[in-house]
Amino acid sequence: MYQYDNYDQSMVDARVAEFRDQVQRRLAGELTEDQFKPLRLKNGLYLQLHAYMLRVAVPYGTLSSRQMRMLGDIADKYDRGYGHFTTRQNIQYNWIKLEDAPDILADLASVEMHAIQTSGNCIRNTTSDQFAGAAADELVDPRPYAELLRQWSTFHPEFDYLPRKFKIAIIGSETDRAAMKLHDIGIQMVKNDAGEIGCKFFIGGGMGRTPMIAPVIGDFVPPLQMISYLEAALRVYNRYGRRDNKYKARIKILVHEIGADEYRRQVEEEFAHILTLGLEPPAAELERIKGFFEQPGFDTNASDDLDLSDPDFALWVDQNTHAHKRAGYTIVNISLKPIGGIPGDATADQIRLMADLALDYSFDELRVTHAQNIVLPHVKKADLYTIWQKLDEAGLANANLDLISDIIACPGLDYCALANARSIPVAQKISERFADLGRQRELGELKLKISGCINACGHHHAGHIGILGVDRKGVENYQLSFGGSEGADTSLGTITGPGFNEDGVVDAVEKATDVYLAQRTEGERFLDTYRRIGMAPFKEAIYAKETANG
Amino acid sequence: MKIITGNDLRTGDVIWWTGKGWSRFVNDAVAVGDDAEAIIAQQNATQVVTDTHVIDAETTADGVRPAHIKERVRALGPTVRMDLSLKPGDPAAAKWVI
Repeated sequence: MYQYDNYDQSMVDARVAEFRDQVQRRLAGELTEDQFKPLRLKNGLYLQLHAYMLRVAVPYGTLSSRQMRMLGDIADKYDRGYGHFTTRQNIQYNWIKLEDAPDILADLASVEMHAIQTSGNCIRNTTSDQFAGAAADELVDPRPYAELLRQWSTFHPEFDYLPRKFKIAIIGSETDRAAMKLHDIGIQMVKNDAGEIGCKFFIGGGMGRTPMIAPVIGDFVPPLQMISYLEAALRVYNRYGRRDNKYKARIKILVHEIGADEYRRQVEEEFAHILTLGLEPPAAELERIKGFFEQPGFDTNASDDLDLSDPDFALWVDQNTHAHKRAGYTIVNISLKPIGGIPGDATADQIRLMADLALDYSFDELRVTHAQNIVLPHVKKADLYTIWQKLDEAGLANANLDLISDIIACPGLDYCALANARSIPVAQKISERFADLGRQRELGELKLKISGCINACGHHHAGHIGILGVDRKGVENYQLSFGGSEGADTSLGTITGPGFNEDGVVDAVEKATDVYLAQRTEGERFLDTYRRIGMAPFKEAIYAKETANG
Repeated sequence: MKIITGNDLRTGDVIWWTGKGWSRFVNDAVAVGDDAEAIIAQQNATQVVTDTHVIDAETTADGVRPAHIKERVRALGPTVRMDLSLKPGDPAAAKWVI
């Protein structure tokens, strides 16, 4: 993992001291709320429905056990004993006191963490593949490039007041596990015919009010020119992005309005200019960063043998582990989606347990996934049973990865000031309806995602089944959509028709799964069947009663 | 009726204007009629409350009930964590929100 140098640490420490002074001045009445609000937001401190909420950045979703333990300790010391892992691989605390915020930031700084740029119209925390450095199908480890991006984008003066917030994802595998094409910029590390590594830029994607899949803007940019290309892409956006209308201010609107070809032409022109300025970080810096991401000391004699005589363990291994690049090792997915639970929430004790497991069994590393789960990236198969037992004791051995109860859900109206409807109760009811693991496995991979407002933090556009909560004359109503995906086959969901109440949408989901089971052919996922047979059979089933009643 | 709500600057707690000060309980809220703007201006100046705003509410048999669901969630707490709400001993209280 990357470790702060003196410059990183002094920069973060200075920000803590600065914010401590700002908070003191606010509490003393020397700053008005209008003056203070942008300052606290720059430090990830929001005012939500019930209290202040602090969003802590987890750079490209990677944590050490020491950092994870600190996240658990903060939950106990300053919050109410739990934290919420988010779809941007971060963690949020829901019950923060303003007067405690500087101390929390100081605690975070002591483990090389912060909450800088987790809000505001700036470049947010870069996200990445949660299996980076571990996956068997990986071409290039994206983490050194993600770290380079972190250093470039943090406090970048030119891009501190963009037309809107800006999200970048970077991956190094053919398989997209980071919803890369649904970001403002998605970067995929690729190899050309000559065997050279390069960056493929997808620019102008996003979810929210106007979901769009990013088109390819740059086919192949040498890695050492990645930062210059980003500078060019951001500069064109910063110059022409729609600052006149918040709802049209994301880069996807600019790319859409002027067209990908024209946007590409402008970026290439700017890129050519920037290359003459020699702004690229030195190659030596990239090499220095790469040094932090060398492979850990794997046991070359590690065995692939596994005793699967315990059926519950066998199910968990089958569902929640993923192929590792090294023999004798595997990737463990810890589901934070217990039946009837709150997606992404973990107690302080659970967070500390996961930290301990990472220290003892995963070379001191954890990852946060955009699906609101936790990953132990480098686990020896021989240790799996012990790990599973410890997870099971802590309520963390849910064998439901990528099944219908592995639901992404935003905090919704239970916590979020922007939400129009509650998301979590819907997730809870669906997971309870499909509680039987055998039934879930029979349904196979089925990604269900729920957002409590059009901002789409719950990624509903990209759900095989998506649910969007809306406010219909003061009453919660839920729109259903099918056919979204965020992988290599990225697609946007299509709304089924009129919305449902809370119980009605749960029933509709169940009816849709019945259609899938009746219509699927061998090997088809829900998504595949939907794509093959279309909306009509599903619509007929879920609105049958309404149709019969006229 | 119109009532005033906001958040405690220091703790972030949801609070309601009682006519004399601020309470965490919506049932203590009082109708402010046409005085809302003046009360908010005066209270904002004290720097103990933030995000003050006026909302619609009604008086029911159960007490003061904000008109919009968002304000009812604010008044109670997260419906999915009733143990953290203002009525931790009453799991059915979440129904009041809906």
